[in-house]
Amino acid sequence: MRKVAVVGVGHSNFGVRKDVNIAELTWEAVKEALEDAGLTQKDIDYVPVGSYGFWYEEPLPAVVVTEYCGLVPKGHVHCESACATGSAAVHLAYYRVASGLSDIAMAIGFEKMTEVDTPTAVEFIGRAGSYIWEFENFGMTFPGYYALLATNHMANFGTKEEHMAMVAVKNHYYGARNEKAYLRREIKVEDVLNSRPVAWPIKFFDCCPINDGAAAVILAAEEVAKKITDTPIWIKGVGCAGDTGNIAKRENLFSIRSAQLASQQAYEMAKITPQDVDVAEVHDCFTIAEILAYEDLGFCKKGEGPKLIEEGQTYVGGKIPVNVDGGLKAKGHPIGATGCSMIYELTRQLRQEVEPERQADIKKGIALAHNVGGTGHSCYVTILGRD
Amino acid sequence: MSEQKGLVEEKGLLQLKSFRTIPLTYTIPVARIAKFWEGLKEGKLYTTKCKKCGKVFFPPSADCPDCMTSDMDWVELSGDAELVAFTEIHVKPATFSQYPTYIVAVGQLKEGPRALAWLTGVKREDVKVGMKLKLKPVVYEEGRVAYEFVPA
Repeated sequence: MRKVAVVGVGHSNFGVRKDVNIAELTWEAVKEALEDAGLTQKDIDYVPVGSYGFWYEEPLPAVVVTEYCGLVPKGHVHCESACATGSAAVHLAYYRVASGLSDIAMAIGFEKMTEVDTPTAVEFIGRAGSYIWEFENFGMTFPGYYALLATNHMANFGTKEEHMAMVAVKNHYYGARNEKAYLRREIKVEDVLNSRPVAWPIKFFDCCPINDGAAAVILAAEEVAKKITDTPIWIKGVGCAGDTGNIAKRENLFSIRSAQLASQQAYEMAKITPQDVDVAEVHDCFTIAEILAYEDLGFCKKGEGPKLIEEGQTYVGGKIPVNVDGGLKAKGHPIGATGCSMIYELTRQLRQEVEPERQADIKKGIALAHNVGGTGHSCYVTILGRD
Repeated sequence: MSEQKGLVEEKGLLQLKSFRTIPLTYTIPVARIAKFWEGLKEGKLYTTKCKKCGKVFFPPSADCPDCMTSDMDWVELSGDAELVAFTEIHVKPATFSQYPTYIVAVGQLKEGPRALAWLTGVKREDVKVGMKLKLKPVVYEEGRVAYEFVPA
């Protein structure tokens, strides 16, 4: 396998984007990525497009966005791995370049969730657990699924609603400092605790927002990458694992096993340990999910996630800064865009070009992205390195 | 969101609200586990058990992927369970908007597997992980056939 680097990244503003359709939205990210890499569409060999769909009018989005972005006649595929869809697109591009089939590939992730009303969006996500066994009769929702993980974690480890609220406070703090984030205001623990219940114990401010956005990542093989940029960011390790759709069939309800397995694969491939990571992007679709991620990724022991946030260790300057772009929670979680958005952020963290207040201290030059699909149905982990 | 179709303004931005609305109803085959659904109507909780490895499935499965066999026994579940996790759904999906707030629980069944179902007959404040539950078949007025947990 060949060495592969990130050579260009682009990102639209996240938010309720009533000003653009899916193609126009995606173009914002594609244009910025091409400009960042100093490439044109002609240089791109292959385009995986990650999007979940259903909430916008086009059933074949890869066709629509590649046409609009001037990428015809490049090969493309529409890929899906629930909320890890964007990472699935990045990994497809990685496999293509690492294998030698392409020299340069561009992963695009986007979502436009606000073309339907909120109850319909809640419905489309809720159906994505196990339709007949968990939705048809029981009306599960995604906050509901993570609430199941929360109540079990609370019962096993004494985790409190306050701990979850602290995650929201941190992520809003950084979202307020990220010019591309959707929710750009700071909040307090009381704001979270007093917000309306969504799926007890998950409240409004524990949830990522339903919104729109796009991100794009250009990958190149080693010899090409070095000609394109002086600051290639290398893909050091990748991991991918799956678990049951029915949450009732999981081994336990206080871990996301697919995240544990995917991260072990990625650590092994990159030949690093969790302690080597300078900065991480983790899948905080709900605040409890970030606490689970600390533990599943080995940033702390199982059950000690609440302590890590309580001590402020996941802020810049702490043991392991996490989601210092606002995370899904405050930056927004346009589902298919998220995985590509994580790589956008970590590439810029390793290049040390983000807003100074949220720049992590880059010591070992290692960053990690953790992108969970569904309720742990899948997990993709990507480890990036400066050297 | 406005019900008017065609060209409409939202937040001062022009939108095309589509005229092409589709009602969507799936027809899902359940013939291979018909005994489960028919059992619920008779007040019984049946599930499948692999004749080869003895694994009890819930939800019922017509095939055992571990043994590569479709040779299954039907067994009756006691309904005895213990609560593993729960939530109370306040923000509901569009097609559940007619229901009041509902509690969903995951229960560990005595026979091995876990089940996810509504938990009724108890207030959320009184629900505790570890409490004893009973899983019971239910037929609703609207004709819907399902099962619910109740406190044991």
